[in-house]
Amino acid sequence: MGDKILNTLAQTSDKVSDRVMEFLPQLVVMAIIILIGLLIAWVLQVVVRRLLGLVKLGKISETSGVTAMLSKAALPSPVELLSRLVFWVVWLAFILLGVEALGVQALQLQIARLLMFLPQIFVALLILFVGLLAANFFSRATLLAAANANYPSPRLLANVVRLLIAILAVTMAFEQLGLGQHAILIAFAIAFGAVMFGLAIAFGLGGRDVARQILEKQFSEKKEEEEDEVSPL
Amino acid sequence: MEATRPGRGSGGFSRGRGLAEESLLTDEFVRQLTAVGEVDVLIGIITLNNRKTIERVVSAVQVGLVKYFPRERTVVILADGGSRDGTLDAVANSTALDFRSMLASSPLRTGHRLTTSYAGIQGRGSAVRVVMAAADLLHAKACALVSPDLQSITPEWIESLIRPVLREQFDFVTPVYHRHKFDGLLVKNLVSPMMSALYRSKVREPVGSELGFSGRFACHCLEKPVWHEQAVRFGVEIWMTAQAMVDSFKICQSFLGPKIHAGQPIGEGLVGTIQQVVGALFGSLEKNESFWLAHSGMQAVPSFGFKFSVALEPIRLNKKRMVTMFRTGTEQLAGILKSILAADTLAAIQAAAKLDDHNFRVPDELWVRTIYEFACSYHHSVINRDHLLQALTPLYRGRMASFVLENQGADGETIERKLEELTAEFERQKPGLDQNWTRKK
Repeated sequence: MGDKILNTLAQTSDKVSDRVMEFLPQLVVMAIIILIGLLIAWVLQVVVRRLLGLVKLGKISETSGVTAMLSKAALPSPVELLSRLVFWVVWLAFILLGVEALGVQALQLQIARLLMFLPQIFVALLILFVGLLAANFFSRATLLAAANANYPSPRLLANVVRLLIAILAVTMAFEQLGLGQHAILIAFAIAFGAVMFGLAIAFGLGGRDVARQILEKQFSEKKEEEEDEVSPL
Repeated sequence: MEATRPGRGSGGFSRGRGLAEESLLTDEFVRQLTAVGEVDVLIGIITLNNRKTIERVVSAVQVGLVKYFPRERTVVILADGGSRDGTLDAVANSTALDFRSMLASSPLRTGHRLTTSYAGIQGRGSAVRVVMAAADLLHAKACALVSPDLQSITPEWIESLIRPVLREQFDFVTPVYHRHKFDGLLVKNLVSPMMSALYRSKVREPVGSELGFSGRFACHCLEKPVWHEQAVRFGVEIWMTAQAMVDSFKICQSFLGPKIHAGQPIGEGLVGTIQQVVGALFGSLEKNESFWLAHSGMQAVPSFGFKFSVALEPIRLNKKRMVTMFRTGTEQLAGILKSILAADTLAAIQAAAKLDDHNFRVPDELWVRTIYEFACSYHHSVINRDHLLQALTPLYRGRMASFVLENQGADGETIERKLEELTAEFERQKPGLDQNWTRKK
């Protein structure tokens, strides 16, 4: 009985050590892949930072107001954000490859799906970035045009423009990721329609007097506009 | 035609002529120019839908040429930007002038009159380039540009613009107009004093659309590879004036008299005008930074002409509205102004916005500091440049209101003295501009 137990234990420990000996190289390979990935990701981060510096993305972001907007949200500058993103995406890809090297079949399928999803994440982030740039640019243009034309509430107008473009960008980014495509699109259409309908009702019914005042002011000030802008040259 | 002619750069003239012949002028126009041969005096009129006034302007120019330059070979060139009101037809169908009844003499030479349409990129700069290329091709000694919509032009204007070039060897003649004290406030409060302080020559009207210049200067300008730039296309007068100052051409001013345009003088509205004019001025500072950063001091420019005053039409200005728009602008655009101006400058502007209507002032010191900080922010592109120039509009309205309130009862002499003081303030603050301009971006 005792011998039998000892034998079984010895066989089991042999099997475990065999498996450990079999698994250890895979583990070392995974560690090596992750370490190489870390190095490559770091190098790519530096290269991307330099490249973005060369194309003056920092300057573009500053002039368009994106840097200020990101700093308000306690986020780093777009150049730093993109270079860090490249670092993490590349390193994550290597981590996944390393995990795949372990040969665990259940994980392999999930990892393959994740890797295929990475380009879409990239495109979605790009859409979001360009969308935010456009939102800031057009919002500022609206603010300046409204203030110089003496329209009431220029900031409100500018914020509405920024919000609409930002929502559109987020919707497009989600659509790119394939997340709730129809639901988000419909939600956007409903929200946009609701805002416009609300404005129409508010202006048409609740704000008839205000509308008349604005129109009257617009036409009566035409003369004043001409009077105080006699030849600046 | 002569094969060569003395110019500033020996190679420049031939380059200018090549450019004129190959691409800028239409074949038909080159044929007309060739038929004319060489001329001594060339007058350019840049037209766009000026049917109502063009006939009178062309007549004044022709009478001026016959009266004051009877022995010179002359040509009048109308460069049209695509008029749809029959401007060119009006000129073509106009009856021949009876010089004998007007001047008690007849012309000694045939005066030529040519018309052409300038194609390609839009902007007054493109038309000026066509006129200069024609001057180059015709070897013109003296040239002038006049507006097509002037009501107050007289034959004497042609003499005032041409004689300093033809007889006194000046290369560039800027106009001096007799104006209402509140007319041309952007020029008086910004363009003229700033250009005088930075480019060292006191010029009263750097944006004047009536100019005289030598053929030598035209060749020099044609050599510059800047004609496609927006600042030159839409602010060609500022660019030419700066070019004459920077490249040490002989500059003078000629008194022309009152300048009265037919109809609305502003095509672009105040915001558009500021974008074009101030954009061209800031753009010229970038191009010529090596000059103005290295120089300081101002010198007077010789002036010609008999100065006289006439009663001018009163100008009605809505001061209350200007102040209100200044206040609204500084409040609503605070976020944008914060990225353009230094904190203390913005605070001073916001303090000015809080003053009551009676005591409202934007003093010289604050105005100059603001403009210099706008120029530096434009140079460093802290925000989109068009947006930056738009953000200047409410501040200009504030300065305009302040100037009008301060000088309501002032006579011409007092206004002159105050503008001198403003120019001196622009000069006094120049070291600060130099420092801000050259700081690392």
